[in-house]
Amino acid sequence: MAVKVRIPSPLQKLTKNQSEVSANGKNIKELFSDLEKQYPGLRDRIYDESGSLRRFINVYINEEDIRFLKGEESEVKDGDDVSIIPAIAGGVS
Amino acid sequence: MSSFTEEQIYRYSRHIILPEVGGKGQKKLLESRVLLLGAGGLGSPAAMYLAATGIGNLGIIDFDVVDMSNLQRQILHGVEDIGRSKAESAKDTIKSINPDINVTLYKERLSSENIYRILKDYDIIVDGCDNFPTRYLVNDACILTGKTNVHGSIFRFDGQVTIFKPKDGPCYRCLYPEPPPAGLVPSCQEAGVLGVLPGIIGTLQAVEVIKLILGIGKPLIGKLLLYNALDAEFRQLRLRRDVHCPVCGDNPTIKELIDYEEFCGIARH
Repeated sequence: MAVKVRIPSPLQKLTKNQSEVSANGKNIKELFSDLEKQYPGLRDRIYDESGSLRRFINVYINEEDIRFLKGEESEVKDGDDVSIIPAIAGGVS
Repeated sequence: MSSFTEEQIYRYSRHIILPEVGGKGQKKLLESRVLLLGAGGLGSPAAMYLAATGIGNLGIIDFDVVDMSNLQRQILHGVEDIGRSKAESAKDTIKSINPDINVTLYKERLSSENIYRILKDYDIIVDGCDNFPTRYLVNDACILTGKTNVHGSIFRFDGQVTIFKPKDGPCYRCLYPEPPPAGLVPSCQEAGVLGVLPGIIGTLQAVEVIKLILGIGKPLIGKLLLYNALDAEFRQLRLRRDVHCPVCGDNPTIKELIDYEEFCGIARH
């Protein structure tokens, strides 16, 4: 099952500069495992040392934050749009 | 309407004829008090449009001076302002657009020591600052004092806008409970930013401020507006208040401001 995953600019170096990639899986966990196979190194940028999603990165399925669904167990289906949204601070500098 | 001068009626005529604004709305705008955090990339278009709009009282906090490399995006300033205080330069530009506006300058670095004193005179805060410690400081201070924060941020070709309104929606910590560790997220200085991008995001912040003051439309409370310049795409994501949020949750653990130097992980002791 192919799901579109939007990659934020700070991580696009790892996805050969692609802002959108396709991944397979039933839920977010499987999707990210598949992404790691395709783009090694991505996992370490999304997960911390203890294996939890980093707290300055949020993951959305369509418009909804997975923290308010079933976290990494949240199911995805064909045609869903998954976004990885990191905190960005830029403004003045 | 009687309290408007002839000149004001003429200056704001395109607003006054809009049913959503009208004389009453324009009066509200003229009586409102908005604080801009930073007179840089985001603060530039926000300050200029809010001044043109007739926001009666604008505060600007910026301790920095204008540098040549700012002019790629910080349209408040010009070549003749290089080396001048950004706050002073911003005031001159605002006054040249609309001399009606009362401008208050704070040429200081925002900290846990001064933030309450500065925020207390304003109804709405426009956050366009450039670093995580200040973002968290501003968020916590706004939650603890009940101020609405119109948040904008930019990175390369991406921008984000939302409104954090205490009690009515989530706050920055509901979104991102903790700042990223130093070094994991590059700053604009390191990564670059398209010069026009803050123009778009700062202008959207100005629109949201006006909507809040007038009580019109659907403000971006509980919604994150994302813009990507390369894809020419706007999207909205839903944001929810986290009941476990350390500052605005049901059992908050943060009840006073965290000194942001310690916050950064740079221990002072």
